[in-house]
Formats: sequence, C-alpha cells, structure tokens
Amino acid sequence: MSAEIAIPYNDTERPDTGLYNAKLGVWLFLASEVMLFGALFSSYILLRVASDRWEHGADILNVPLATLNTVVLIASSVTMVLSWAALKAHNFARYRRCMGLTFLAGVIFLIVKYIEYSGKLGHGLVPATSTFMAIYFTMTGLHALHVIGGMIVNGYLLGPGAKMWQTEPRRFTNRVEVAGLYWHFVDLVWIFLFPTLYLLPGKGM
Amino acid sequence: MSATSHPDIQKKVSVYWKVFWALLVATVITVAIANVHMGILLGIVVALIVALVKGSLVAGYFMHLFHEVRWVYGILALTAFFFVAMIVLIVWTHADQQGHNSGAFAVPARHAEPAAAKEH
Repeated sequence: MSAEIAIPYNDTERPDTGLYNAKLGVWLFLASEVMLFGALFSSYILLRVASDRWEHGADILNVPLATLNTVVLIASSVTMVLSWAALKAHNFARYRRCMGLTFLAGVIFLIVKYIEYSGKLGHGLVPATSTFMAIYFTMTGLHALHVIGGMIVNGYLLGPGAKMWQTEPRRFTNRVEVAGLYWHFVDLVWIFLFPTLYLLPGKGM
Repeated sequence: MSATSHPDIQKKVSVYWKVFWALLVATVITVAIANVHMGILLGIVVALIVALVKGSLVAGYFMHLFHEVRWVYGILALTAFFFVAMIVLIVWTHADQQGHNSGAFAVPARHAEPAAAKEH
C-alpha cells in the first residue's frame, strides 16, 4: 500500500491562524533572527557607552560604497516583491526576470562588500585593531552570511525549485512569498546597520 | 486559482514602486543628515528615526505587515518584548564596565579605583 499522507495547509491558510505552514514557520524563524541581531546591536550599545573613545565610522569606513550597497539591497527588495506579484498575476516570465534581478543584486552586494573588506584588510584594519572594527566586522560579516543564505534560497527558486510552478503553483507562490519575507528582513537589518556603523558620530577621538 | 485579481496586483505593484522611491529619498536623507553637526545625542536620535521610518516602509509594505493576521502580530509582539528586555538588561550592565568614571556613566564609588587603593 502506498498511501501518501498529504500535509495540510501547504498552499491554503489554516482557518484558525489564517496562515499557511511556511508563513507561520518563517515568521517564527524571523523572530529568532531579531533576537540574534538584537544581541549584537545591544553589544554595540554596551561597548560604545563603556568606551572612552569610539571611531566615527565615516572617518575609516567607505560611506559611498555602503550607500551603494544600501541602494542595491533596497532595489533587490522591490524586485523580490515584484517577483511574488508576477506569480500572483500568473506571469511566470516576469517572475523569472524579477527573481533573476534579485539574485543579481545579491551578487553585486557581495562584490561591493568584498571590495570594502579588501580595502580595510589592505590598510591593516582587522577585527583586532579596535573594538569598533571588531563589532563592524562581526555585524557586517553576519549580515553578509545572511545575504549568501538568501541567495541560495532565491537561486533554488529561480532554478530547480521553479519546476513546482507547473505542478503546484499556489504552493510555489507561497514559497516565493516567504523567501521574500526573509530577504526583506535582511534588507531591514542593513537599513539599521548602515547608519549605526558608518554614519553615527564618534566620541573622544 | 488565486483569490487576488489582476487589478489588485497592479495596484500593489504601483505601491511597491512608490515605496521604492520613498526609500531612495530616505537613504539620501540618511547620508545628508550625517554631515550636519548636531551633537552626538541628537545625531543618534535623528539617524534612528530615519532608519525606523525606512524599516517601517519595508516591513509594512514589502513584508505586508500593514495587512497581516493576528497571529503574526502576536509573534511580533512577543519578539518586541524579549528584544527590548534583552537590550535593556545588557545595557544596564554598563556601570560594571571599566574605562570611564564621569557623567551619566559614572562607576559607583565603591568600585572606583582610589577607594579600592585606600582599602589595601
């Protein structure tokens, strides 16, 4: 006997919660992510208030490159949500274009980050240089890892995972929506990281 | 197949583009105000307010938080509570940190070095 047990609420909302499984799961995951980055932001605050000296990010970090990366991530958030909207409108070709652009934006972000990191390391600015550089590398490094994680998921949904559109279009649309929730969260974190590390005034320098 | 009609999606897409332009303008503002000398505290407060506005646009429109169900709001309310508790608890330990002894972050007298030297 090969009876398959179908998992309910994969593509439809559960009546009592109003959510399909993946959406509930991803929101719970994002809650844990808020705590992860929250711990690092509170570490930043503690290290800053407890220090006599704190660098002004703009003096040692590359603000134009970070601004460029901010624009790249914001643009990628738009293309991500547009790829979901394209599926809702049953336009798979537009989905591929928008998701392709989202993936490309991830690649550009990482290239810019590589250029930025090389500049710092080339000038001897490493995590051990100062508390500021330590928290800078920790927070931006963890964020870059999140970008890579999102790109793996987006790459799957753009490539092999896209086959699901032929068999279970609603479920596939939901997958793109929850991948989008994660990608927008990564954008959201950067929106706070950018002023915190690159722009806030220093003290005692 | 889908409960959402095409005109609805068209309307949403036009909102997403408006949010995109608003975020770009806010990014220009973020960088511009960083070049205005307004003191450390005011500089931090203003930068955080602009970041909060940008974050709300992303969460509200792109993550659809302005039109979500109660369960998502419930999860986020719990997260916000624990997030604030964690930040506050960690920051409250600043008085135990070394390296400063003045102003709002003064180390309590019993921990100050001269007093400790007298005891020995």
